[in-house]
Amino acid sequence: MLFVRPPAEQHFSLSGPNGPQLTFAEVCMIHQYKLNGHNIVLDVFSGAVHAVDDLAYDMIGLFESCSEDELVSRLLEKYAHDPEITREEILECLADIRTLRDEGRLFTDDCYGDHACDFKNNSRAIKALCLHVAHTCNLSCEYCFAAQGKYHGERAVMSFEVGKQALEFLIANSGSQNNLEVDFFGGEPLMNWEVCKQLVAYARSRETETGKCFRFTLTTNGVLVDDDVIDFANREMHNVVLSLDGREAVHDHLRKTPNGKGSYALIVPKFQKFVEMRGDREYYIRGTFTHNNIEFTKDIFHMADLGFKALSMEPVVCAPEDPYALTEEDLPVLFEQYELLAKEMLKREKEGRGFTFYHYMIDLEGGPCIYKRMSGCGSGTEYLAVTPWGELYPCHQFVGDASFSMGNVWDGVTNTALREEFKCCNAYARPACADCWAKLYCSGGCAANAFHATGTITGSYDYGCALFKKRMECAIMMKVAQSEEDA
Amino acid sequence: MKRIKTLSTRDLNKTLKTGGCGECQTSCQSACKTSCGVANQVCEKCK
Repeated sequence: MLFVRPPAEQHFSLSGPNGPQLTFAEVCMIHQYKLNGHNIVLDVFSGAVHAVDDLAYDMIGLFESCSEDELVSRLLEKYAHDPEITREEILECLADIRTLRDEGRLFTDDCYGDHACDFKNNSRAIKALCLHVAHTCNLSCEYCFAAQGKYHGERAVMSFEVGKQALEFLIANSGSQNNLEVDFFGGEPLMNWEVCKQLVAYARSRETETGKCFRFTLTTNGVLVDDDVIDFANREMHNVVLSLDGREAVHDHLRKTPNGKGSYALIVPKFQKFVEMRGDREYYIRGTFTHNNIEFTKDIFHMADLGFKALSMEPVVCAPEDPYALTEEDLPVLFEQYELLAKEMLKREKEGRGFTFYHYMIDLEGGPCIYKRMSGCGSGTEYLAVTPWGELYPCHQFVGDASFSMGNVWDGVTNTALREEFKCCNAYARPACADCWAKLYCSGGCAANAFHATGTITGSYDYGCALFKKRMECAIMMKVAQSEEDA
Repeated sequence: MKRIKTLSTRDLNKTLKTGGCGECQTSCQSACKTSCGVANQVCEKCK
Protein backbone atom coordinates (compact mmCIF):
# COMPACT_ATOMS: atom_id res chain seq x y z
CA MET A 1 0.00 0.00 0.00
CA LEU A 2 1.34 3.35 -1.01
CA PHE A 3 0.31 6.29 1.15
CA VAL A 4 0.59 9.87 -0.02
CA ARG A 5 0.70 12.12 2.98
CA PRO A 6 -1.97 14.83 3.22
CA PRO A 7 -0.51 18.35 2.93
CA ALA A 8 -0.67 19.04 6.66
CA GLU A 9 1.70 16.17 7.33
CA GLN A 10 4.14 16.87 4.56
CA HIS A 11 7.65 17.59 5.61
CA PHE A 12 8.93 21.07 4.94
CA SER A 13 12.33 22.38 5.74
CA LEU A 14 14.58 24.99 4.18
CA SER A 15 12.60 27.99 3.04
CA GLY A 16 12.90 28.85 -0.60
CA PRO A 17 12.51 32.33 -2.12
CA ASN A 18 8.78 31.79 -2.46
CA GLY A 19 8.11 30.33 0.96
CA PRO A 20 8.38 26.78 2.26
CA GLN A 21 10.04 24.34 -0.07
CA LEU A 22 9.19 20.66 -0.16
CA THR A 23 12.50 18.95 0.36
CA PHE A 24 11.76 15.31 0.88
CA ALA A 25 9.37 12.54 0.52
CA GLU A 26 5.66 12.67 0.58
CA VAL A 27 5.00 8.98 0.40
CA CYS A 28 5.43 5.96 2.55
CA MET A 29 4.66 2.39 1.66
CA ILE A 30 3.92 -0.82 3.47
CA HIS A 31 3.16 -4.26 2.11
CA GLN A 32 0.94 -6.62 4.09
CA TYR A 33 0.36 -10.27 3.31
CA LYS A 34 -0.60 -13.54 4.92
CA LEU A 35 1.33 -16.66 4.10
CA ASN A 36 1.75 -20.06 5.72
CA GLY A 37 -0.04 -18.91 8.88
CA HIS A 38 2.03 -15.76 9.27
CA ASN A 39 0.80 -12.15 9.10
CA ILE A 40 3.63 -10.12 7.66
CA VAL A 41 4.10 -6.38 7.31
CA LEU A 42 6.99 -4.91 5.34
CA ASP A 43 7.94 -1.28 5.76
CA VAL A 44 9.32 -0.65 2.31
CA PHE A 45 11.58 2.34 2.88
CA SER A 46 13.21 1.30 6.15
CA GLY A 47 13.43 -2.36 5.19
CA ALA A 48 11.78 -3.38 8.47
CA VAL A 49 9.89 -6.67 8.67
CA HIS A 50 7.16 -7.21 11.26
CA ALA A 51 5.31 -10.39 12.18
CA VAL A 52 1.98 -9.38 13.68
CA ASP A 53 -1.23 -10.88 15.01
CA ASP A 54 -4.62 -10.36 13.37
CA LEU A 55 -5.54 -7.23 15.30
CA ALA A 56 -2.26 -5.47 14.56
CA TYR A 57 -2.48 -6.59 10.93
CA ASP A 58 -5.90 -5.00 10.54
CA MET A 59 -4.92 -1.90 12.46
CA ILE A 60 -1.85 -1.27 10.32
CA GLY A 61 -4.05 -1.57 7.26
CA LEU A 62 -6.37 1.14 8.58
CA PHE A 63 -3.79 3.32 10.32
CA GLU A 64 -3.11 5.86 7.58
CA SER A 65 -6.68 6.22 6.36
CA CYS A 66 -8.74 6.40 9.59
CA SER A 67 -8.98 8.73 12.53
CA GLU A 68 -8.31 7.15 15.92
CA ASP A 69 -12.01 7.08 16.83
CA GLU A 70 -12.96 5.50 13.53
CA LEU A 71 -10.19 2.96 13.78
CA VAL A 72 -11.18 1.92 17.31
CA SER A 73 -14.86 1.59 16.48
CA ARG A 74 -14.22 -0.41 13.31
CA LEU A 75 -11.92 -2.82 15.11
CA LEU A 76 -14.26 -3.19 18.11
CA GLU A 77 -16.99 -4.07 15.66
CA LYS A 78 -14.85 -6.56 13.75
CA TYR A 79 -13.59 -8.28 16.90
CA ALA A 80 -16.87 -8.15 18.82
CA HIS A 81 -16.79 -11.94 19.04
CA ASP A 82 -13.46 -11.89 20.88
CA PRO A 83 -13.71 -10.84 24.54
CA GLU A 84 -9.96 -10.25 24.72
CA ILE A 85 -10.07 -7.43 22.21
CA THR A 86 -11.12 -4.49 24.34
CA ARG A 87 -10.78 -0.75 23.73
CA GLU A 88 -7.70 -0.78 25.97
CA GLU A 89 -6.13 -3.58 23.97
CA ILE A 90 -6.73 -1.68 20.75
CA LEU A 91 -5.26 1.53 22.16
CA GLU A 92 -2.20 -0.34 23.42
CA CYS A 93 -1.61 -1.82 19.99
CA LEU A 94 -2.16 1.59 18.42
CA ALA A 95 0.50 3.05 20.71
CA ASP A 96 2.92 0.36 19.59
CA ILE A 97 2.30 1.18 15.95
CA ARG A 98 2.92 4.86 16.63
CA THR A 99 6.13 3.98 18.43
CA LEU A 100 7.35 1.99 15.42
CA ARG A 101 6.39 4.86 13.13
CA ASP A 102 8.27 7.36 15.30
CA GLU A 103 11.30 5.07 15.39
CA GLY A 104 11.36 4.90 11.58
CA ARG A 105 10.36 1.26 11.31
CA LEU A 106 6.80 1.64 10.05
CA PHE A 107 5.26 4.09 7.57
CA THR A 108 8.75 5.41 6.87
CA ASP A 109 8.97 8.13 4.26
CA ASP A 110 10.62 7.58 0.93
CA CYS A 111 13.58 9.92 0.93
CA TYR A 112 15.66 8.07 -1.65
CA GLY A 113 14.42 9.33 -5.00
CA ASP A 114 16.84 12.24 -5.11
CA HIS A 115 19.72 9.83 -4.53
CA ALA A 116 18.76 7.21 -7.10
CA CYS A 117 21.47 8.23 -9.55
CA ASP A 118 24.15 9.06 -6.95
CA PHE A 119 25.81 5.67 -6.91
CA LYS A 120 26.33 5.38 -10.65
CA ASN A 121 27.10 9.08 -11.08
CA ASN A 122 29.75 9.06 -8.39
CA SER A 123 31.69 6.18 -9.88
CA ARG A 124 32.89 5.29 -13.33
CA ALA A 125 34.54 2.16 -12.04
CA ILE A 126 33.98 -1.13 -13.78
CA LYS A 127 34.22 -4.08 -11.45
CA ALA A 128 32.80 -7.08 -13.26
CA LEU A 129 33.19 -8.67 -16.68
CA CYS A 130 31.31 -11.52 -18.23
CA LEU A 131 33.91 -13.03 -20.54
CA HIS A 132 32.33 -14.84 -23.46
CA VAL A 133 35.27 -17.13 -23.94
CA ALA A 134 33.34 -19.42 -26.30
CA HIS A 135 30.57 -18.50 -28.68
CA THR A 136 29.98 -22.14 -29.36
CA CYS A 137 28.43 -24.97 -27.43
CA ASN A 138 28.41 -28.74 -27.28
CA LEU A 139 24.72 -28.83 -26.39
CA SER A 140 21.79 -27.55 -28.43
CA CYS A 141 19.38 -26.44 -25.74
CA GLU A 142 16.18 -25.32 -27.39
CA TYR A 143 15.48 -22.42 -25.02
CA CYS A 144 19.02 -20.99 -24.99
CA PHE A 145 18.89 -17.17 -24.99
CA ALA A 146 22.36 -17.29 -26.55
CA ALA A 147 21.04 -19.17 -29.60
CA GLN A 148 23.01 -22.36 -28.86
CA GLY A 149 26.01 -20.27 -27.86
CA LYS A 150 26.38 -18.34 -31.10
CA TYR A 151 24.41 -15.24 -30.05
CA HIS A 152 23.00 -15.08 -33.57
CA GLY A 153 26.52 -14.66 -34.98
CA GLU A 154 29.53 -16.71 -35.94
CA ARG A 155 31.00 -19.48 -33.83
CA ALA A 156 34.18 -18.26 -32.15
CA VAL A 157 36.42 -18.68 -29.15
CA MET A 158 38.28 -15.92 -27.34
CA SER A 159 42.04 -15.83 -27.76
CA PHE A 160 44.33 -15.42 -24.77
CA GLU A 161 45.38 -12.02 -26.14
CA VAL A 162 41.81 -10.73 -26.21
CA GLY A 163 41.13 -12.11 -22.74
CA LYS A 164 44.34 -10.62 -21.37
CA GLN A 165 43.41 -7.23 -22.78
CA ALA A 166 39.96 -7.57 -21.20
CA LEU A 167 41.59 -8.14 -17.81
CA GLU A 168 43.87 -5.14 -18.32
CA PHE A 169 40.85 -3.07 -19.36
CA LEU A 170 39.11 -4.15 -16.14
CA ILE A 171 42.11 -3.32 -13.97
CA ALA A 172 42.58 0.05 -15.65
CA ASN A 173 38.93 1.01 -15.27
CA SER A 174 38.26 -0.34 -11.80
CA GLY A 175 39.26 2.79 -9.90
CA SER A 176 39.58 2.08 -6.21
CA GLN A 177 37.50 -1.12 -6.28
CA ASN A 178 39.38 -4.00 -4.70
CA ASN A 179 37.20 -6.93 -5.65
CA LEU A 180 36.97 -7.62 -9.38
CA GLU A 181 34.67 -10.30 -10.74
CA VAL A 182 35.20 -12.26 -13.92
CA ASP A 183 32.73 -14.86 -15.16
CA PHE A 184 33.81 -17.42 -17.74
CA PHE A 185 30.68 -17.69 -19.81
CA GLY A 186 29.55 -18.85 -23.20
CA GLY A 187 28.25 -20.72 -25.04
CA GLU A 188 30.20 -23.33 -23.19
CA PRO A 189 33.40 -21.97 -21.63
CA LEU A 190 34.98 -25.40 -21.20
CA MET A 191 35.30 -25.52 -25.00
CA ASN A 192 38.03 -22.92 -24.46
CA TRP A 193 39.30 -24.19 -21.13
CA GLU A 194 43.04 -23.76 -21.69
CA VAL A 195 42.52 -20.04 -22.32
CA CYS A 196 40.39 -19.79 -19.16
CA LYS A 197 43.24 -21.29 -17.15
CA GLN A 198 45.79 -19.01 -18.77
CA LEU A 199 43.63 -15.99 -17.99
CA VAL A 200 43.27 -17.00 -14.34
CA ALA A 201 47.06 -17.37 -14.09
CA TYR A 202 47.55 -13.99 -15.75
CA ALA A 203 45.05 -12.27 -13.44
CA ARG A 204 46.69 -13.80 -10.38
CA SER A 205 50.07 -12.54 -11.60
CA ARG A 206 48.64 -8.99 -11.64
CA GLU A 207 46.95 -9.05 -8.22
CA THR A 208 49.85 -8.09 -5.98
CA GLU A 209 51.09 -5.29 -8.20
CA THR A 210 47.63 -3.78 -8.71
CA GLY A 211 46.16 -4.48 -5.28
CA LYS A 212 43.15 -6.13 -6.89
CA CYS A 213 41.47 -9.35 -5.87
CA PHE A 214 39.97 -11.38 -8.72
CA ARG A 215 36.94 -13.54 -8.08
CA PHE A 216 36.23 -15.96 -10.88
CA THR A 217 33.02 -17.76 -11.73
CA LEU A 218 32.64 -20.63 -14.17
CA THR A 219 29.24 -21.33 -15.71
CA THR A 220 29.15 -24.70 -17.43
CA ASN A 221 26.81 -27.30 -18.85
CA GLY A 222 29.07 -30.04 -17.50
CA VAL A 223 29.71 -32.01 -20.67
CA LEU A 224 33.48 -31.44 -20.60
CA VAL A 225 33.93 -31.51 -16.83
CA ASP A 226 36.80 -33.82 -15.91
CA ASP A 227 39.29 -34.16 -13.05
CA ASP A 228 41.42 -31.32 -14.36
CA VAL A 229 38.44 -28.96 -14.52
CA ILE A 230 37.26 -30.01 -11.04
CA ASP A 231 40.72 -29.60 -9.53
CA PHE A 232 41.45 -26.24 -11.16
CA ALA A 233 37.97 -24.77 -10.64
CA ASN A 234 37.82 -25.85 -7.01
CA ARG A 235 41.13 -24.15 -6.44
CA GLU A 236 40.60 -20.96 -8.42
CA MET A 237 36.90 -20.30 -8.96
CA HIS A 238 35.10 -18.29 -6.30
CA ASN A 239 31.83 -19.74 -7.60
CA VAL A 240 30.76 -22.36 -10.12
CA VAL A 241 27.35 -22.47 -11.75
CA LEU A 242 26.39 -25.91 -13.00
CA SER A 243 23.44 -26.17 -15.37
CA LEU A 244 20.90 -28.89 -14.61
CA ASP A 245 17.14 -28.62 -15.14
CA GLY A 246 16.08 -31.28 -12.68
CA ARG A 247 14.47 -34.63 -13.44
CA GLU A 248 16.04 -36.64 -16.25
CA ALA A 249 13.09 -36.40 -18.63
CA VAL A 250 12.68 -32.66 -18.04
CA HIS A 251 16.39 -31.99 -18.47
CA ASP A 252 16.76 -34.15 -21.55
CA HIS A 253 13.70 -32.71 -23.25
CA LEU A 254 15.44 -29.38 -23.90
CA ARG A 255 19.11 -29.89 -23.07
CA LYS A 256 20.26 -32.15 -25.86
CA THR A 257 23.52 -32.94 -27.57
CA PRO A 258 23.72 -31.90 -31.25
CA ASN A 259 22.74 -35.46 -32.27
CA GLY A 260 19.57 -35.22 -30.21
CA LYS A 261 20.52 -37.27 -27.17
CA GLY A 262 19.83 -36.08 -23.66
CA SER A 263 22.72 -34.91 -21.49
CA TYR A 264 21.46 -35.76 -17.99
CA ALA A 265 23.18 -39.14 -17.62
CA LEU A 266 26.44 -37.66 -18.86
CA ILE A 267 26.61 -34.67 -16.55
CA VAL A 268 24.96 -35.62 -13.26
CA PRO A 269 27.76 -37.93 -12.01
CA LYS A 270 30.29 -35.26 -12.99
CA PHE A 271 28.40 -32.57 -11.07
CA GLN A 272 28.12 -34.81 -8.03
CA LYS A 273 31.87 -35.36 -8.01
CA PHE A 274 32.52 -31.66 -8.69
CA VAL A 275 30.39 -30.58 -5.75
CA GLU A 276 31.66 -33.28 -3.41
CA MET A 277 35.26 -32.24 -4.09
CA ARG A 278 34.36 -28.56 -3.73
CA GLY A 279 33.84 -28.71 0.03
CA ASP A 280 32.48 -25.49 1.45
CA ARG A 281 33.20 -23.33 -1.57
CA GLU A 282 30.34 -21.59 -3.35
CA TYR A 283 28.43 -23.28 -6.17
CA TYR A 284 24.95 -23.37 -7.63
CA ILE A 285 23.12 -26.09 -9.43
CA ARG A 286 21.15 -23.86 -11.76
CA GLY A 287 18.11 -24.88 -13.75
CA THR A 288 15.57 -23.27 -16.01
CA PHE A 289 11.90 -24.15 -15.87
CA THR A 290 9.49 -23.69 -18.75
CA HIS A 291 5.83 -24.24 -19.60
CA ASN A 292 6.79 -27.92 -19.93
CA ASN A 293 7.49 -28.26 -16.20
CA ILE A 294 5.49 -25.64 -14.35
CA GLU A 295 5.52 -27.98 -11.35
CA PHE A 296 9.17 -27.08 -11.12
CA THR A 297 9.50 -27.86 -7.44
CA LYS A 298 9.62 -31.53 -8.43
CA ASP A 299 12.81 -30.67 -10.28
CA ILE A 300 14.25 -28.71 -7.39
CA PHE A 301 13.48 -31.53 -4.97
CA HIS A 302 15.07 -33.94 -7.42
CA MET A 303 18.25 -31.84 -7.41
CA ALA A 304 18.21 -31.84 -3.61
CA ASP A 305 17.67 -35.60 -3.55
CA LEU A 306 20.72 -36.00 -5.78
CA GLY A 307 22.70 -34.49 -2.91
CA PHE A 308 23.02 -30.91 -4.13
CA LYS A 309 22.52 -28.23 -1.49
CA ALA A 310 22.87 -24.88 -3.30
CA LEU A 311 20.11 -24.61 -5.88
CA SER A 312 18.80 -22.07 -8.31
CA MET A 313 15.90 -22.35 -10.72
CA GLU A 314 14.98 -19.59 -13.14
CA PRO A 315 11.82 -19.08 -15.17
CA VAL A 316 12.55 -19.26 -18.89
CA VAL A 317 12.67 -15.89 -20.66
CA CYS A 318 11.76 -16.23 -24.32
CA ALA A 319 9.41 -15.05 -27.03
CA PRO A 320 5.73 -15.59 -26.16
CA GLU A 321 5.24 -17.69 -29.29
CA ASP A 322 7.87 -20.25 -28.27
CA PRO A 323 6.19 -23.56 -27.40
CA TYR A 324 7.81 -23.71 -23.98
CA ALA A 325 7.00 -20.06 -23.06
CA LEU A 326 5.32 -19.53 -19.70
CA THR A 327 1.73 -18.32 -20.00
CA GLU A 328 -0.65 -16.19 -17.95
CA GLU A 329 -2.54 -19.38 -17.10
CA ASP A 330 0.66 -20.82 -15.61
CA LEU A 331 1.01 -17.99 -13.08
CA PRO A 332 -1.33 -19.31 -10.34
CA VAL A 333 0.40 -22.68 -10.51
CA LEU A 334 3.82 -21.05 -10.31
CA PHE A 335 2.74 -19.03 -7.26
CA GLU A 336 1.60 -22.25 -5.58
CA GLN A 337 4.89 -23.86 -6.50
CA TYR A 338 6.93 -21.10 -4.89
CA GLU A 339 4.86 -21.42 -1.70
CA LEU A 340 5.22 -25.18 -1.73
CA LEU A 341 8.97 -24.79 -2.15
CA ALA A 342 9.24 -22.45 0.83
CA LYS A 343 7.20 -24.76 3.06
CA GLU A 344 9.16 -27.84 2.02
CA MET A 345 12.46 -26.05 2.60
CA LEU A 346 11.40 -25.14 6.14
CA LYS A 347 10.36 -28.74 6.73
CA ARG A 348 13.59 -30.20 5.37
CA GLU A 349 15.64 -27.71 7.39
CA LYS A 350 14.00 -28.98 10.57
CA GLU A 351 14.70 -32.55 9.48
CA GLY A 352 18.37 -31.75 9.03
CA ARG A 353 18.35 -32.13 5.25
CA GLY A 354 17.94 -28.52 4.24
CA PHE A 355 19.11 -26.84 1.07
CA THR A 356 19.34 -23.26 -0.15
CA PHE A 357 17.45 -21.72 -3.05
CA TYR A 358 19.12 -18.73 -4.67
CA HIS A 359 16.02 -16.52 -4.68
CA TYR A 360 15.14 -17.31 -1.08
CA MET A 361 18.56 -16.34 0.20
CA ILE A 362 17.86 -12.99 1.77
CA ASP A 363 20.04 -11.40 4.36
CA LEU A 364 17.90 -9.01 6.36
CA GLU A 365 20.71 -7.81 8.62
CA GLY A 366 23.69 -7.83 6.26
CA GLY A 367 22.01 -7.26 2.92
CA PRO A 368 22.79 -4.52 0.45
CA CYS A 369 22.76 -0.82 1.27
CA ILE A 370 20.17 1.52 -0.19
CA TYR A 371 22.45 2.56 -3.05
CA LYS A 372 22.73 -1.00 -4.29
CA ARG A 373 19.01 -1.53 -3.80
CA MET A 374 18.22 1.46 -5.96
CA SER A 375 20.85 1.15 -8.64
CA GLY A 376 20.50 -2.48 -9.59
CA CYS A 377 22.66 -4.98 -11.39
CA GLY A 378 25.15 -2.49 -12.81
CA SER A 379 24.78 -3.60 -16.42
CA GLY A 380 26.27 -1.09 -18.83
CA THR A 381 28.10 0.71 -16.05
CA GLU A 382 30.02 -1.41 -13.55
CA TYR A 383 29.28 -4.71 -15.31
CA LEU A 384 30.01 -5.42 -18.97
CA ALA A 385 30.11 -8.43 -21.24
CA VAL A 386 33.05 -9.08 -23.57
CA THR A 387 32.61 -11.04 -26.81
CA PRO A 388 35.28 -13.40 -28.19
CA TRP A 389 36.41 -10.51 -30.40
CA GLY A 390 36.78 -8.07 -27.49
CA GLU A 391 33.61 -6.04 -28.08
CA LEU A 392 31.86 -4.62 -25.04
CA TYR A 393 28.13 -4.94 -24.34
CA PRO A 394 26.05 -3.83 -21.33
CA CYS A 395 25.61 -7.46 -20.27
CA HIS A 396 25.54 -10.99 -21.64
CA GLN A 397 21.88 -10.66 -22.61
CA PHE A 398 22.54 -7.77 -25.01
CA VAL A 399 25.38 -9.50 -26.83
CA GLY A 400 24.57 -9.93 -30.49
CA ASP A 401 22.42 -6.79 -30.71
CA ALA A 402 24.68 -4.31 -32.50
CA SER A 403 22.64 -1.35 -31.28
CA PHE A 404 23.96 -2.12 -27.78
CA SER A 405 27.63 -2.24 -28.72
CA MET A 406 29.52 -0.07 -26.22
CA GLY A 407 33.10 -0.19 -27.49
CA ASN A 408 35.93 -2.68 -27.12
CA VAL A 409 38.63 -3.73 -24.68
CA TRP A 410 41.31 -1.72 -26.50
CA ASP A 411 39.50 1.61 -26.89
CA GLY A 412 37.26 1.26 -23.85
CA VAL A 413 33.65 2.41 -23.64
CA THR A 414 33.18 4.66 -26.66
CA ASN A 415 29.39 4.64 -26.75
CA THR A 416 29.12 7.01 -23.81
CA ALA A 417 25.54 7.94 -24.67
CA LEU A 418 24.50 4.35 -24.07
CA ARG A 419 26.45 4.27 -20.82
CA GLU A 420 24.59 7.39 -19.69
CA GLU A 421 21.31 5.66 -20.51
CA PHE A 422 22.25 2.72 -18.31
CA LYS A 423 23.47 5.06 -15.58
CA CYS A 424 20.00 6.47 -15.32
CA CYS A 425 18.38 3.04 -15.20
CA ASN A 426 17.34 2.36 -11.60
CA ALA A 427 14.41 1.54 -9.34
CA TYR A 428 13.19 5.13 -9.55
CA ALA A 429 13.46 5.43 -13.32
CA ARG A 430 10.77 2.89 -14.14
CA PRO A 431 7.19 4.16 -14.09
CA ALA A 432 5.88 0.71 -13.23
CA CYS A 433 7.99 0.63 -10.08
CA ALA A 434 6.55 3.84 -8.60
CA ASP A 435 3.99 2.11 -6.43
CA CYS A 436 5.65 -1.31 -6.21
CA TRP A 437 6.59 -2.53 -2.74
CA ALA A 438 9.32 -4.81 -4.09
CA LYS A 439 11.41 -2.21 -5.89
CA LEU A 440 14.10 -2.11 -3.22
CA TYR A 441 14.44 -5.89 -3.38
CA CYS A 442 14.83 -6.11 -7.16
CA SER A 443 16.16 -2.58 -7.80
CA GLY A 444 13.83 -2.22 -10.76
CA GLY A 445 14.52 -5.54 -12.42
CA CYS A 446 16.55 -6.74 -15.35
CA ALA A 447 17.23 -4.12 -18.04
CA ALA A 448 17.50 -6.78 -20.74
CA ASN A 449 14.20 -8.39 -19.83
CA ALA A 450 12.59 -4.95 -19.76
CA PHE A 451 14.01 -4.11 -23.17
CA HIS A 452 12.92 -7.38 -24.73
CA ALA A 453 9.42 -7.03 -23.26
CA THR A 454 8.82 -3.32 -23.90
CA GLY A 455 11.52 -1.94 -26.20
CA THR A 456 13.08 0.21 -23.50
CA ILE A 457 15.49 -0.59 -20.67
CA THR A 458 13.37 1.45 -18.28
CA GLY A 459 10.25 -0.54 -19.07
CA SER A 460 9.17 -3.48 -16.98
CA TYR A 461 8.82 -7.18 -17.68
CA ASP A 462 5.54 -7.67 -15.84
CA TYR A 463 5.60 -11.46 -15.85
CA GLY A 464 9.03 -11.49 -14.25
CA CYS A 465 7.85 -8.86 -11.72
CA ALA A 466 4.91 -11.04 -10.67
CA LEU A 467 7.18 -14.01 -10.05
CA PHE A 468 9.80 -11.91 -8.31
CA LYS A 469 7.25 -10.48 -5.86
CA LYS A 470 5.99 -13.94 -5.03
CA ARG A 471 9.53 -15.15 -4.42
CA MET A 472 10.22 -12.23 -2.07
CA GLU A 473 7.04 -12.89 -0.12
CA CYS A 474 8.09 -16.50 0.31
CA ALA A 475 11.69 -15.63 1.21
CA ILE A 476 10.59 -13.18 3.89
CA MET A 477 7.96 -15.60 5.20
CA MET A 478 10.74 -18.13 5.70
CA LYS A 479 12.70 -15.56 7.72
CA VAL A 480 9.65 -14.89 9.87
CA ALA A 481 9.07 -18.62 10.37
CA GLN A 482 12.71 -19.19 11.28
CA SER A 483 12.71 -16.27 13.74
CA GLU A 484 9.63 -17.69 15.46
CA GLU A 485 11.29 -21.09 15.55
CA ASP A 486 14.42 -19.57 17.11
CA ALA A 487 12.32 -17.71 19.69
CA MET B 1 5.44 -5.51 21.93
CA LYS B 2 2.56 -7.86 22.56
CA ARG B 3 1.14 -8.13 19.08
CA ILE B 4 4.05 -7.10 16.89
CA LYS B 5 7.37 -8.88 16.60
CA THR B 6 9.93 -6.93 14.63
CA LEU B 7 12.69 -8.91 12.96
CA SER B 8 16.21 -7.62 13.12
CA THR B 9 16.88 -5.86 9.83
CA ARG B 10 19.39 -3.42 8.40
CA ASP B 11 17.97 0.12 8.53
CA LEU B 12 18.08 1.26 4.91
CA ASN B 13 17.80 4.90 5.88
CA LYS B 14 21.04 4.75 7.85
CA THR B 15 22.86 3.27 4.87
CA LEU B 16 22.28 6.52 2.97
CA LYS B 17 25.25 7.77 5.00
CA THR B 18 27.29 4.59 5.31
CA GLY B 19 26.66 2.71 2.06
CA GLY B 20 27.75 2.96 -1.52
CA CYS B 21 31.25 1.47 -1.38
CA GLY B 22 30.44 -0.76 -4.38
CA GLU B 23 32.54 -3.71 -3.22
CA CYS B 24 29.57 -6.10 -3.17
CA GLN B 25 29.07 -8.75 -5.79
CA THR B 26 27.50 -7.85 -9.11
CA SER B 27 24.09 -9.48 -8.99
CA CYS B 28 24.15 -11.35 -12.26
CA GLN B 29 27.57 -12.85 -11.59
CA SER B 30 26.16 -15.25 -9.07
CA ALA B 31 23.55 -17.60 -10.42
CA CYS B 32 20.59 -16.08 -12.14
CA LYS B 33 21.90 -14.60 -15.40
CA THR B 34 18.33 -14.02 -16.55
CA SER B 35 16.68 -12.06 -13.77
CA CYS B 36 17.66 -9.28 -11.45
CA GLY B 37 17.48 -9.29 -7.72
CA VAL B 38 19.66 -7.57 -5.20
CA ALA B 39 17.96 -8.76 -2.02
CA ASN B 40 20.10 -11.88 -1.86
CA GLN B 41 23.35 -10.00 -2.18
CA VAL B 42 25.51 -9.57 0.87
CA CYS B 43 27.17 -6.34 1.94
CA GLU B 44 30.95 -6.72 2.02
CA LYS B 45 31.10 -4.48 5.07
CA CYS B 46 28.68 -6.69 6.99
CA LYS B 47 30.47 -9.96 6.26
